[in-house]
Amino acid sequence: MNILETRHIVKQYAQHRALDDVSIDIPRGQIFGLLGPNGAGKTSLIRIINQITGPDEGEVFFDGKPLGPEHISRIGYLPEERGLYKKMKVGEQLLYLAQLKGLSERQAMEKLKAWFIKFDIKTWWTKNVEDLSKGMQQKIQFVATVLHEPDLIILDEPFSGFDPINANLIKDEILELREKGSTIIFSTHRMESVEELCDHIALINRSKKVLDGPKKAIKEQFKTHTYHVEYQGVLNDLNPAYTVLDKKPLEDGFLRANIRIPRDAAVNELVRDLIDHVNVRAFGENIPTMNDIFIKAVGEVPTT
Amino acid sequence: MKIIFLILKREYLVRVKKKSFLIMTLVTPLLVSCIWLIPIFFAMRGIDQKKIEVIDETGKFENTFKNTKELVFQTVKTPVEQAKKDFGKSGYDALVHIPVSILENPKSLKIYAEKNVSLDVKSGIEKAIEQEIENIRLLDAGIDRKVLESTKVDVSSDTYSLSDEGEKDSSSGAATGIGYLCAFIIYIAIFIYGVQVMRGVMEEKTNRIVEVIISSVKPFQLMAGKITGVALVGLTQFLLWILLTFGISSVMSSFLGESVGPQKRVEMMAQQPGVSQAPTVEKPKTEQKSSPMTTVLKAVSTLNIPLIIGCFLLYFIGGYLIYSALFAAVGSAVDSDTDVQQFMFPITIPLVLSFIMAQFVIREPDGAVAFWMSMIPFTSPIIMMVRIPFGVPAWEIVLSLTLLMGGFVGTAWLAARIYRVGILMYGKKPSYKELVKWVFYKA
Repeated sequence: MNILETRHIVKQYAQHRALDDVSIDIPRGQIFGLLGPNGAGKTSLIRIINQITGPDEGEVFFDGKPLGPEHISRIGYLPEERGLYKKMKVGEQLLYLAQLKGLSERQAMEKLKAWFIKFDIKTWWTKNVEDLSKGMQQKIQFVATVLHEPDLIILDEPFSGFDPINANLIKDEILELREKGSTIIFSTHRMESVEELCDHIALINRSKKVLDGPKKAIKEQFKTHTYHVEYQGVLNDLNPAYTVLDKKPLEDGFLRANIRIPRDAAVNELVRDLIDHVNVRAFGENIPTMNDIFIKAVGEVPTT
Repeated sequence: MKIIFLILKREYLVRVKKKSFLIMTLVTPLLVSCIWLIPIFFAMRGIDQKKIEVIDETGKFENTFKNTKELVFQTVKTPVEQAKKDFGKSGYDALVHIPVSILENPKSLKIYAEKNVSLDVKSGIEKAIEQEIENIRLLDAGIDRKVLESTKVDVSSDTYSLSDEGEKDSSSGAATGIGYLCAFIIYIAIFIYGVQVMRGVMEEKTNRIVEVIISSVKPFQLMAGKITGVALVGLTQFLLWILLTFGISSVMSSFLGESVGPQKRVEMMAQQPGVSQAPTVEKPKTEQKSSPMTTVLKAVSTLNIPLIIGCFLLYFIGGYLIYSALFAAVGSAVDSDTDVQQFMFPITIPLVLSFIMAQFVIREPDGAVAFWMSMIPFTSPIIMMVRIPFGVPAWEIVLSLTLLMGGFVGTAWLAARIYRVGILMYGKKPSYKELVKWVFYKA
C-alpha cells in the first residue's frame, strides 16, 4: 500500500514548467529518496505534497484519498531553507509550531519533554533561538518536524549544517522513525546518504521523472557488467569477448584493470581466464554508485 | 478559526512582551502628562519679577508703562552710555532706551539685556510705545483718543447650530480640534501598526520560517492572524495610553494640588498657552466672562461625543485593516529593507494625501471634495473623521462605512493573492507587472 501517490502532476509557472506529468508512488514505511539536480522541480513537488501550492493538473492521493486539509497534521516538513522565529524562546516556539499542526498544548508539552531528554537539551527551553548555534537550531527544527508523529515526513537536505556527529544522530533518528512505521521522503544532493538510507528512489530532471524504483532494482538496471582485478603479470591473451577498459599500475608493483564482459557471459569464466594468465590478488564487480547513476541518468536526458 | 486564533495569540504576545512595547506604553503617557502639567507647575512656583530700567529721552513716556506682577518699570535719567556701563551692577533685567528721535523714527527703540528678553516682554513694550506714539500723533492732529476709541467696535459672535432639538450652542473651534485630533491619531496609528505588520511578514520571509508555517496553515490564515494580532496590540496600547495618561495626570495634579486649591488649578489650566492668549504687558487680563477652559468644555459637550467615539473606533479599525493588508502584501513581495521604499510609496500616497487634504476639508466640511474623499475607502478613515464633529448625515456615514468594509474585503483579497505567492519568492525584486501576474496565479 502506498502512503502517497501523485498522478500526472503538472505545475506551470509563467514561463517555466516546473513539473511535467510526474507520477510517483511512495510505499509506506520506506525511506524514499527524491533526487534531482538543482531546479529540477523537487521543491515544487514537495510544496504540492505539503499543500503549499496546488498542481495545475493531476492529482495527489494520501492513503488512497485525495489530498486535503485533513492530511496536514499527518505530514511533517523540514524545508531546505529553514528558519525559526529568532526572538522567540525555544520552548514557546516548539509549542506554537506543534499546536499549528493540531496538537493540544498538553500533548505537545509531553512529547517535547521526551525529545528534550533524548537530545539532552533541557537547558535550551528558555533560550532565545538567536542565541543558539546553527547546528542547535537545526536540531530544534528537526524536533519541530517530527514532534506530532506524522505518518509522512518530508526532509529536504536534512543534514546540511550538521557536524558529522550530529548528522549521525539525525540519521539514527530517521532510521528509528522508519522502524516506528513512518514514511520518509528524503530529498538531497548527497549521494552517499542516499546510498546509506534510501530504500526507494525517484529522480527528477528538467521537470520530468526520469527514474523511479527500489534502489536495488535501479542499481541492477545500471549495472555495466564490468569487473575490476588487481594482478601481477601481463594481461594480454584473454578471451577476445572480454574488453579491458583500462589498466593502471598500483604503488606496490601490482596493476589494476577494469574489464567488461558480455551481458550473458559467466563471471566464473572470466575468473578462470584471469587465473590462467596473471597472478590475481583481488577481484570484484563494479557496482554503480548512486553518484554514477545520478550522473548517468541526468546526463542521458537529451537536451532540447 | 482556531488556527487564526493561535497565530493571533502569538503575534499579540510576542509584541506585547517586547521591552520596546513596555517602554513606549509607559513613556508616552508620562510625556503627555508632563506636557500638560509642567506649565502648571511653573505657573505655581510664582512668577519671576523682572525689573526694567527705562531711559526716556523724550520725557513723554513716563506714564506709558504700568507695573504688573511680572514687570516693574523704573524710569531713570542717567545718560544711556552710563546706564549701559553700569547695567551689570544695577540689578535690572533689561534696559529700554527711548531716543529723542522716536517720534520720527519708531525703529530707533532699543532694548538691552544680559540675556535675551522674552518675546512677550519685547512685544509688550513695543506695543505700549506704539500706542503712546499713536496718541501723541493723534493729539498733534487734533483728534482726541476717546473720540477714536468710540469709533471702534468689537464684533464677536457665538455660533449656534440649528438641529432638530432646536438651537444649540456649538463651536466650530471644538469641532475642528476634535476632528483634526481623531484624523491625526488614525493617520499615525495606521502608519505605526501597518508598518509593524509589514515588518512581521518580512521577518517570517527572511527567516525562512514561513515555509514551515504555511505547510501547517493557509497563507490567508497567517496573514489574517497577523493583522488582527497587531490590531489588538494597537488597541491595547491606545487603551493603556488613555488610562495611564489619566492616571498619571490625576496623580501628578493631586500632588501639585496639595499647595493650591482646586479653584486656582482650573484657573491656571485655563491660562495655559494655546488655551488662552498670552497676556500682554499693557493689558493684563482683567475681564473674562468665563474661562476659556470652560468654554472649550462647553463647546465640546455640544458635540455628539458617543457618535464621534463610535465612528472613531470603526474608522480606526477599518482604516487600519485596509492599509495593513496592503502593507502585508508589500512585506511579502520584498526580501530586504532597501526594496521596501518602492512599494510603500504608492500605498502611502492616499494616506498622506488625505491627511494633507484634511486641512482643506476642515474649512469646508460639506464640500464636494469632502464628500467624495469621505466615500473612497482609502481616504475615508481620515476625511470622514474630520467631518463627523461638524455633523454628517447618517446615510453618508453608513454608506462610507459600507464602502470601507467593501474596500477592506477587496484589498484583503488582493493582498492575500500577492501574499501567498510573494512569501515563497526569493531573489530578485518583483516588478509591478509580476505582482499583477501573482494575483492571477492559480492557488
